[in-house]
Amino acid sequence: MRKIDPDANRFRKIVRGKIRENLKQYVSQGELIARQGKKSVSVPLPQIDLPNFRFGQADQGGVGQGEGDEGDPLGAEQAEPGPEAGDQPGEHVLEVDVNLEELAEILGEELELPNIEPRGSSSILVEKDKYTGITRNGPESLRHFRRTFKQALRRQISSGSYNKENPVVTPHREDRRYRSWNTSKVPQSNAVILYMMDVSGSMGNEQKEIVRIESFWLDTWLRSQYENLETRYIIHDAKAKVVDAHTFFHIRESGGTKISSAYNLARDLIQKEFSPEEWNIYLFHFSDGDNWGGDDTTHCLDLLNSELLPAVNVFCYGQVKSAYGSGQFIKDLRQAYQENEKVLLSEINSRDEILPSIKTFLGKGH
Amino acid sequence: MFHDRDLTPELVEWKDTIRQVAVDSGLDFFEVLFEMVDYDEMNMIAAYGGFPVRYPHWRWGMQFEELQKQYSYGMAKIYELVINNDPCYAYLMRCNPLVDQKLVMSHVYGHSDFFKNNAWFGKTDRKMVDTISNHAVRINRYIDEYGKDVVEQFIDVCLSVENLIDIHSPYFSQKENVTEEQRAKERQEAQGNRIPTRSYMEDFINPPDVIEQEKQEILDKIEQTEHFPQDPQKDVLLFLLHHGRLQSWQRDVLSIVRDEAYYFAPQGMTKIMNEGWASFWHSRIMTGGILDSSELIDYADHHAGTMGGGSGKLNPYKLGIELFRDIERRWNAGQYGSEWESCEDVHGRNDWDLGHNKGLEKIYSVRSTHNDITFIDEFMTEDFAVRQNLYTYKFDRSQSQYVMESRDFREVKNRLLDQLANSGRPQIEVTDGNYGNRGELLLEHHWTGTPLKMDYARRTLENLEKLWGRPVHLKTQIENKVKILGYNGSRHEERNES
Repeated sequence: MRKIDPDANRFRKIVRGKIRENLKQYVSQGELIARQGKKSVSVPLPQIDLPNFRFGQADQGGVGQGEGDEGDPLGAEQAEPGPEAGDQPGEHVLEVDVNLEELAEILGEELELPNIEPRGSSSILVEKDKYTGITRNGPESLRHFRRTFKQALRRQISSGSYNKENPVVTPHREDRRYRSWNTSKVPQSNAVILYMMDVSGSMGNEQKEIVRIESFWLDTWLRSQYENLETRYIIHDAKAKVVDAHTFFHIRESGGTKISSAYNLARDLIQKEFSPEEWNIYLFHFSDGDNWGGDDTTHCLDLLNSELLPAVNVFCYGQVKSAYGSGQFIKDLRQAYQENEKVLLSEINSRDEILPSIKTFLGKGH
Repeated sequence: MFHDRDLTPELVEWKDTIRQVAVDSGLDFFEVLFEMVDYDEMNMIAAYGGFPVRYPHWRWGMQFEELQKQYSYGMAKIYELVINNDPCYAYLMRCNPLVDQKLVMSHVYGHSDFFKNNAWFGKTDRKMVDTISNHAVRINRYIDEYGKDVVEQFIDVCLSVENLIDIHSPYFSQKENVTEEQRAKERQEAQGNRIPTRSYMEDFINPPDVIEQEKQEILDKIEQTEHFPQDPQKDVLLFLLHHGRLQSWQRDVLSIVRDEAYYFAPQGMTKIMNEGWASFWHSRIMTGGILDSSELIDYADHHAGTMGGGSGKLNPYKLGIELFRDIERRWNAGQYGSEWESCEDVHGRNDWDLGHNKGLEKIYSVRSTHNDITFIDEFMTEDFAVRQNLYTYKFDRSQSQYVMESRDFREVKNRLLDQLANSGRPQIEVTDGNYGNRGELLLEHHWTGTPLKMDYARRTLENLEKLWGRPVHLKTQIENKVKILGYNGSRHEERNES
């Protein structure tokens, strides 16, 4: 352990506390999404530095050095004040890298999310190597020092060549011991999230932003629960298609809405790629609740009942409020699935309601 | 007991050579002990402010992480790290090539000479490595006794006000304050204006109730003029140590934070000079025979990197080295004194060379007696500012960015001096320790035209309240109006001066 580790851990703990404290804000502002790297998120933490009496920075001019005429704008780096830049932190906000697992943990703690229990029998087995055994032969890189010397000592004692006064232990070729591995089968849980979103004319930018933010957090949490998480994105208006993540969040279509088109496509995907025996399937659907007509809703319920619900862990429907939608669909679902544990419904009227909605979807631990 | 650590024989040889060159050049330094470290050790020591041991605190961890991140992204790398101590401790990065190690060693001898000889470092603790690890022992003891959270939170409170010290106070003896006994005596002696008379006339000439009334008036007057503190106290921490409602362990922690703040203060006051001086010497030593010709390009590259500003930023290394070189040049040529000042002929000035050769002598004396403010004030000439392309900038609200403001010498110099005043921090002092006669604390911000950062100021007041134990107030200006901010332990207030 390094000397600084206790201090570094202490700092991490404070960071976690601050993120937890301000989680609601981070969620509703949605700024973390843009800061996502491969494995971590860079979280801005303005509150963590120690306050002191200092000058308001924007009002403070300074002295610089270089070419140029009066009135020329300076580069962005000039934001720091002049010569004392070294010993006083400038205006820059502290950013801390938090890895996604940690972020998920914080979300889990704050929302009191239960860990997900993967569906029992449906886990598949994968082969894994574990170094558990010892052999007499092997590559030198795997030589087990302690066991080798123990063996040599044992041989020397039994052959009488061990001298207590001069306890030199010299391993021979036959004393060498090597680590060896066993291959075992361990269950691995796979999960797939199918995101479906209504992109019809009535879904505006704000609505999509809400979906985007919510999906980010759902993703983060589920990723921390499964070793292998796949995602698929389906958009639909009157017709549905599979798209990549970027298109999913940025496309703007217009036209009518036929929800069953998306459910149909989801069913096809599941049948083709994600057999329910091997996959934990999460179905999320976001819409403003406006559907084509009574007929299509009936069709949707049929699809859900007969094919989708038996295959998935949960079906989550999030209804985003829009100025145009009638919001009827959630009422129909509510009526149909009052008792069904697999169907989770939530209404998201504003960004502030994203967190409660996540809680609704993930709070059951399926 | 003291020796270099992990230096290769080659580096030991170079160290001896460079040390000898430094001695021959007239540098007079604390012995320097070099230690070879890896980058994460380097970052760790840097996070601890250069010291191997500090008291436990989360901010070291924060700084460490920041440094690690910057290093791994290739954004920043610490080249040199040296502590003001006798002996001087300095660190070399293991992965650096030889030319960099030589540069750093030469640079460090410059710093060590500066630490030893600059007057503003004269009062710093030269056994700070020991003192600071002693601080760690004391704070660890409090942690054992009172718990980690409690102590750490209290340290946070202290650190929030650590800059409220009087950086000049170590150099002047404190003025004697009027003691409590003296005041008591004054009170005792107070009496009414008695007209001498015969005893039987006493009660008529000097009626007792009138005398009593007059005495009371005098006492009131004493009470009113009596101020606590008598004069504004710039060392707010000292005032809090003496008069704050603190437990003894808290008082000790506060005194530790204050001692460390005083130790580091001169480094803030002499940043330009110190870096300029060290750079001046690394440049002179390196190019005076230490540099191998094969290393020239790398050396020039790294030297330029250290001196470079980029996007017009003022670089203390650059400003410092140029100013020292300018002083050396002027004093060599005799470009000083009244004759020089009064010479207005351009050619005469350009060709002015009296062959005084006093440059080296002069810069040695400058490094002994000046700090950044007096250094700039006395030696930055208009010629220099023009040659160095200096300008002032301001924040333009309409464009919401910084723009170049002026190249006028007077403005440049004034702005620079303003910025350096009090090491770039607002000057805040205690003016009343019995504010409103309710035992509350009043601080005043010595107004220089720049407003405080308000959200920070409020949070700092909250911390001050914890140290003072009673409501605290701060007099400052907001939008050109004098305001008094207050915090009473639960609520903030802001009112106009009555």
